[in-house]
Amino acid sequence: MSSSPTAPTSTTGSSTSSPSEERTALIACGAIAQPCATIVARRGWPVEVHPLPPLLHNQPQEIAGEVRALARRLRPSYARVVVGYADCGTYGALDAVCDELGLARLPGLHCYDVYAGADRIERFFEDQPGTYLLTDFLVRSFARTVERELGLDRWPELREDYFGHYTRVVWLAQEPDDELRRLAAAASDRIGLPLTVVETGNARLESALEALLR
Amino acid sequence: MTPQEILQGLYDETLVGNAPRVLELTEEGLSNAMEPQTLLFDALIPSLEEVGARFERGDFFVPEMLIAGRAMAGAMERLRPLLAETGVATVGKFLMGTVKGDVHDIGKNLVNIMLEGAGFEVIDLGVQVAPEKFVAAIEEHQPDIVGFSAFLTTTMPMFKANINALEKAGLRNEVVVMVGGAPVTQEYADAVGADGYAADASACVKRAKALLDARRTKVPA
Ligand code: B12
Repeated sequence: MSSSPTAPTSTTGSSTSSPSEERTALIACGAIAQPCATIVARRGWPVEVHPLPPLLHNQPQEIAGEVRALARRLRPSYARVVVGYADCGTYGALDAVCDELGLARLPGLHCYDVYAGADRIERFFEDQPGTYLLTDFLVRSFARTVERELGLDRWPELREDYFGHYTRVVWLAQEPDDELRRLAAAASDRIGLPLTVVETGNARLESALEALLR
Repeated sequence: MTPQEILQGLYDETLVGNAPRVLELTEEGLSNAMEPQTLLFDALIPSLEEVGARFERGDFFVPEMLIAGRAMAGAMERLRPLLAETGVATVGKFLMGTVKGDVHDIGKNLVNIMLEGAGFEVIDLGVQVAPEKFVAAIEEHQPDIVGFSAFLTTTMPMFKANINALEKAGLRNEVVVMVGGAPVTQEYADAVGADGYAADASACVKRAKALLDARRTKVPA
């Protein structure tokens, strides 16, 4: 992925003037690593982002172990390591690793909570339990992270098994542009559900990161 | 085809989720005078158990499991009336549902298939089942066991809500309560006061049978 041409001078890169001993490593889920890196660059924080594969979400029992291994590998080279994951379906296993290694993580159950706020997400599910959430990342990668992972590319007839009880898609739009809007509409279409767009921006993610790095 | 070849074929084709072929082989077995139970216990169930084991090992993911489940369910449709005719008493009545607020149901549906294969009469209330609905269905169907399935951290507390509703309706001692779903653990099941928990479909069948045996020896019918 190319770096933003408008990125400020104080980037996260390999600036020799600040040895990594004074820097922080942010272990981030691949599904949020890009907006994290953008925020870090814009704010000029001495942080390097280390993404883990986003598809770990479909094997959530592996997330805690992967974070643990990477944190141990990064620790000698950084002043601090923090975790850019919410609970993410680890059902507490990630918290156990964070406790063990003294790491902080993002708040909430999922990145959806981080983008929109936990109360708001709860309200979406209260209004319609059959709500399926998308983020910019999921919209962009829908064919790979949703359709292929769920086997809908090979067995389209499974659509009913997965989404038969769902009533709508809610896209938590962070940086919606025409292209993303088109992709979100196409994604909802392919699973046969109406689309609601809720513009969340990245402000909550930014405050959550700020709190994490403080 | 020899009976052995038919059983092997059923096992292999269920494993890869080839539903049309599984149905053909089921027909072929029946027209060769093979017992429905033989097809079920010597091919279909072992195959779905292997599917579960591969899922546990990470060799299969959800879609592979779903298409295998579908193939087995297709054969079950064909075998169900025949199994009923054989007059074998059902092992027990199992009422199942995904709790209120939750619409994940893949795991629940697989458990249902295995329970049915093992001789349970299964009544599936579907997804988003509210406590009142569980209570009404228990009164109506008088099941031996009621199963609650939940997949989200935010919906697991419904187990407790359901159990409270059963207590309030004076039904708690009438049924065995089992709970399950990806986030559930034995500790959690104990904490909410369920009678049983199982991590997967095969384990659920074993546990359900054991719980009923224990209950039947305790309370003679
Ligand atoms: C497939 C899936 C979906 C499908 C569900 C389709 C369906 N109809 O069920 C889809 C894509 C639609 C989906 C949607 C969502 N999902 Co989802 N999903 C999964 C996934 C990948 C697999 C679950 C599954 O089906 N496993 C296969 C079955 C066979 O296993 P199982 O469910 O554990 O069932 C077995 C046992 O638990 C047991 N069992 C089950 N029920 C019972 C009952 C009893 C009585 C007993 C004894 C045993 C038992 O036996 C079963 C068979 O062996 C998991 C991740 C994972 N790998 O666990 C996430 C996961 C469960 N989902 C998650 C989330 C967050 C969501 C969404 C909110 C995401 C979104 N973008 O909106 C929505 C939910 C919306 C809603 N309104 O509910 C999270 C939950 C995290 C949490 N803390 O709550 C997970 C863990 C993913 C993650 N890492 O974040 N999901």
